[in-house]
Parts: sequence; structure tokens; C-alpha cells
Amino acid sequence: MLVLDQVGKTYPNGVNALERFSATINRGEIVAVIGGSGCGKSTLLRAIAGLDRASRGSITLDGDLITAPHGKIGIIFQEPRLLPWLSVADNVAFGLAGLPKRERAGRVARALDRVGLADKARVWPRELSGGQAQRVAIARALVPQPEVLLLDEPFSALDAFTRSDLQDHLLDLWADARPTLILVTHDVDEAVVLADRIVVMRPRPGRLFEEIPVFLSRPRDRTSALFEDLKRRVLTSLDQSLDRDIPDRREKSVSGEAMWW
Amino acid sequence: MTVPTMTAVEMSFAPSAESPRTTGRRTRRLVNVALGLALPVVLGAAWEWVVHAGWSDGRLVPPPSVIFATLWDLARSGELWVHTRATVLRVAAGFALGVAAGTAVGAVAGYSGLSRRILDPTLQALRSIPSIAWVPLFILWFGIFEESKVALIAVGVFFPVYLGVMGAILGVDRKIVEVGRAFRLSGPALVRRILLPAVLPSYIVSLRSGLGLGWMFVVAAELLGASEGLGYLLIDGQQLGKPAQIVAAIVAFAVIGKVTDWLIEVAAAPFLRWQDAYGQQAGGA
Ligand SMILES: Nc1ncnc2c1ncn2[C@@H]1O[C@H](COP(=O)(O)OP(=O)(O)OP(=O)(O)O)[C@@H](O)[C@H]1O
Ligand SMILES: [Mg+2]
Repeated sequence: MLVLDQVGKTYPNGVNALERFSATINRGEIVAVIGGSGCGKSTLLRAIAGLDRASRGSITLDGDLITAPHGKIGIIFQEPRLLPWLSVADNVAFGLAGLPKRERAGRVARALDRVGLADKARVWPRELSGGQAQRVAIARALVPQPEVLLLDEPFSALDAFTRSDLQDHLLDLWADARPTLILVTHDVDEAVVLADRIVVMRPRPGRLFEEIPVFLSRPRDRTSALFEDLKRRVLTSLDQSLDRDIPDRREKSVSGEAMWW
Repeated sequence: MTVPTMTAVEMSFAPSAESPRTTGRRTRRLVNVALGLALPVVLGAAWEWVVHAGWSDGRLVPPPSVIFATLWDLARSGELWVHTRATVLRVAAGFALGVAAGTAVGAVAGYSGLSRRILDPTLQALRSIPSIAWVPLFILWFGIFEESKVALIAVGVFFPVYLGVMGAILGVDRKIVEVGRAFRLSGPALVRRILLPAVLPSYIVSLRSGLGLGWMFVVAAELLGASEGLGYLLIDGQQLGKPAQIVAAIVAFAVIGKVTDWLIEVAAAPFLRWQDAYGQQAGGA
């Protein structure tokens, strides 16, 4: 269980990027974080990843206080960030340095197979398309079997077709070991397709505006009426989150996080 | 050099060197070499013919046949070997010193902002001094024999290597360093698995420009007083009025300079295969 307790972040330049963000995220849950530009989504994710320290509050994973990158938490960035001097297979193996050679090779081969790139194992990253590179990044993050996987707009640089393809792929992979996924996105469709719960944030300072549970069963039909309803709900919430006159809607969730499932 | 960029296991996955494109690339390269040689060969042949026909006596600008004959004589008498050896040893010593110092200081300045703020202004100021200006001082400090020459060469090599290493470390993509942090690499592992391979391409470039300067400075050092070395051959040729010997020494410089540069390139190639394509593009059609 990942517990965020009153997490806040003020950057050295004085920008208050995140204020009193609290949430409890259960193992295996998929949470989408959505909100306007600059409302602290990346800040939140980087704090959970341990890449930047929160200025206030605490983040704990199964009781471990997160202050630095944690072995059970993986992250996928907006760009693939593959190491150009390593082959695709070596990139995927990057986080497995401690394992015996045999097991490492086996896991890498399986992971590449799983993202449909078994034939690209010995290729350099520069020879991949954007979507393929991002799939390699997904394999690289998944192969150490993290319990929590953080994704910061992982598909935003891709075209719509590749994006929905990769969303399906991600769900497939998630079903293998069911890690917790926390996904930052700008794409309402993506949030509704993937998430069990959508967290809407609002800016200045970045904070939680509303949590919207998604009860749709998987696989989700992007054209169903329920899907459309939820999308509309999220869009309305996003609209309101930018309106300074509407107060935060987080009181409810602070008192009873567990209410929704 | 050991293998800094990849662990044994990582090597095992490396893409294979041979590709279907290799043969096409080879022919293209041969054509390029032929094109590059065309101009000097034609000019040389033309001059040879002019002298042969008696339109010029070729005294001040000896034709290629005379130059090669001179080279051959120097080689046969063993003189060429003695002078080349002296020069190469000087460059090797100066290059080694300059590279060691440049790498160490550049790494420190690149890695730590504080030491950069302390070191860089002074080094930049020293760099703007024309290096020949050091010669009198070095001769006072180190005497007129090898040490002052090696010191001059080392100074010449130091600056491009220092600048290259520092710039390369500063230029390492922070996003990629962050990947290392996210995978919880320790400090040394971060250096070995991320920083070193990231820095290597520009490091090689700086080694090559350092070596180029080393060759330049060895000439300066030898012109200013030496009893052996290719630079001495130059001076000797001037004083005795033997232009063919001067040109022969110049040719020797060109050949050795090119060969040593090529050696660095070849030694580095296995580590830079991942960026082959960029080099290929830069080389252009
Ligand atoms: N390293 C930093 N130093 C100073 N301020 C920062 C830094 N990173 C982000 N900020 C500021 O913090 C605020 C939140 O930024 P953050 O990157 O978390 O937003 P975001 O929700 O991810 O936005 P986007 O959707 O555009 O990616 C912004 O006002 C931004 O200018
Ligand atoms: Mg962001």
C-alpha cells in the first residue's frame, strides 16, 4: 500500500508546486492523475519515485518512508530515455545488474517478447521508432518486477493509433504481475480506459481537486455510453478545477478514502 | 584501454558488426579515397613533368621524384629512423602527460561546480597565452633538452583534453543520468555505466585534437633547438639549402600525424559503434 500523507513541495525558486496532497493507493490499483499544465503532476510523481524529495508530508510504501529511489518503485518517463550505447536487450537488462547472467538473459528475452520486440533485441536504440522505443522503456521498467510503476505521460509523444495500442499493451503487461500503476496523463480517454480511479488536480498551488472512481469492467469499450459518461464527468471536473471560484472537493475523500471499493 | 562502457553480459547482446550495408560502404569509401588523392597526384605529376621538360629547374620546389629519393636516402642511412623516433618519443611523452593531466583536471572541473569555479577562470586565462610564449620559461625551468620540449607538447595537449572532458561531463544529458538514479546506481556505478560511455565520444574527439596540437608543438619545440628529430631535419634543410629534405620531413610529419590519428580512431571504434550512423552522416556523400 502506498500512502501519501499531506505531501507538499516548494522548489528552491519559491514555486509552491504541490500542497497537502493525500491519498492511499492499494496494491494493484491503477490510478490516473490528470490536470492542467503546471498543477504539480510531475512533481508528485518524482516525489513518489524518490527522484526529488518532498518538502512536507511523507510518502510511504508498505511502511518504508520514500526519500530516495526505492527498489520496488519503477518509473517510465515521457521520453523513452534509452541508453544509446546499449543494445535494446542491454537496455532492458539495465536494472538487473545483480542477477546471474542466465536468469538475466531469460528475463530480458521474455520481457522483449511480451512487448512484441523479440526481434529487436540486438538492435541499437536509434534504430527504433518512437513507439518501439517506448515499449523498450516499458520492458526495462517492468523487468525488475516493481510493485509500483510510475508513468509520466508515457504516451503523449506518440500518435493516437500507437498510443491506444500501447495502452492495451500496458494493461496486458499489468495483468501479469498486477503492480500498482500511477499514470500522469493529459488524455481523458487514456485515463478512463486505464484507471480504477482518476485523480483530478488543480494548479497554484498544485493540489488534489477531485477523485473519480471508475467502475467499468475491463476490457473497456471506448465507444460505450458509460465510457462517454465518465469522460464527460472527468472533463467537467477538469473544467471546474481551473475555476478559482469552485472550492476543492477533497473533504469527502480525506475522511473516507476506502469508500469507493 | 579496458572496456569501460559495457559489462561482459552487456557485451553479449551487442549488435553484430557485419551488416549488409558494410560492403556498399566499403566501395564508397574507396571512391572517396580516390577522389581525395586525385588533386595532389595530378599536381605532383604536373610539376614532375614541368621540371622534366626543363621549364623549371625545380631547385626551390623539388619535384616528387626528388623528394621520394631524398626520403629513401634518409631511410637507408638510418637517419630517418633516428629523427622520427626522437620526435615520436617526445610527442608520446608529452601526449601522455597532457592527456593524464587534462583528463584528471577536466573530470574534476566537470564533476564539481565548486572546483570548476575555482579552476576554470585561471585555466582559461592560461589557455589564451600563445603557447610558444612558454618556451623561454620552460627552457629556464627544464633546460634545453628533452624536458622543456615535452613540457611544451604537454601544455599543447592539455587544453583541448581539459576542455573536451569538462564540456562532455557538463553536456551529459541529465535525463539519462536520472535513469541511473531511478535504477539506484551507486556513485561509482553511475560513473561507469552512465557517465563514462556518455562522455566517450567527445573524449575521443578531444584526444584527437590534443594529438594534433601535440604534433604542432613538437615542430615548434624542435625548431627552437634540437640535435635530432624531424623538426631538426627541417632546420638543417633550411640552413644547408636542401629544400628536398625539408619537404621530405614535412611528408614524414604528415604521414605519422595521420597514422597516429588513425590509431586513436581505430582503437576507439569498437566503443563508438552505437553512433556509427551519426559519423556516417557527418562524413556525408
Ligand atoms: N525543477 C523545478 N524547479 C522549479 N520549479 C519547478 C521545477 N519543476 C517544476 N516546477 C514548477 O512547479 C510547478 C508544477 O510543475 P510540474 O512539472 O509538476 O507540473 P505538471 O503538472 O507536470 O505540468 P505538465 O502537465 O505541463 O507536465 C510549475 O509551476 C513549474 O513551473
Ligand atoms: Mg509534467
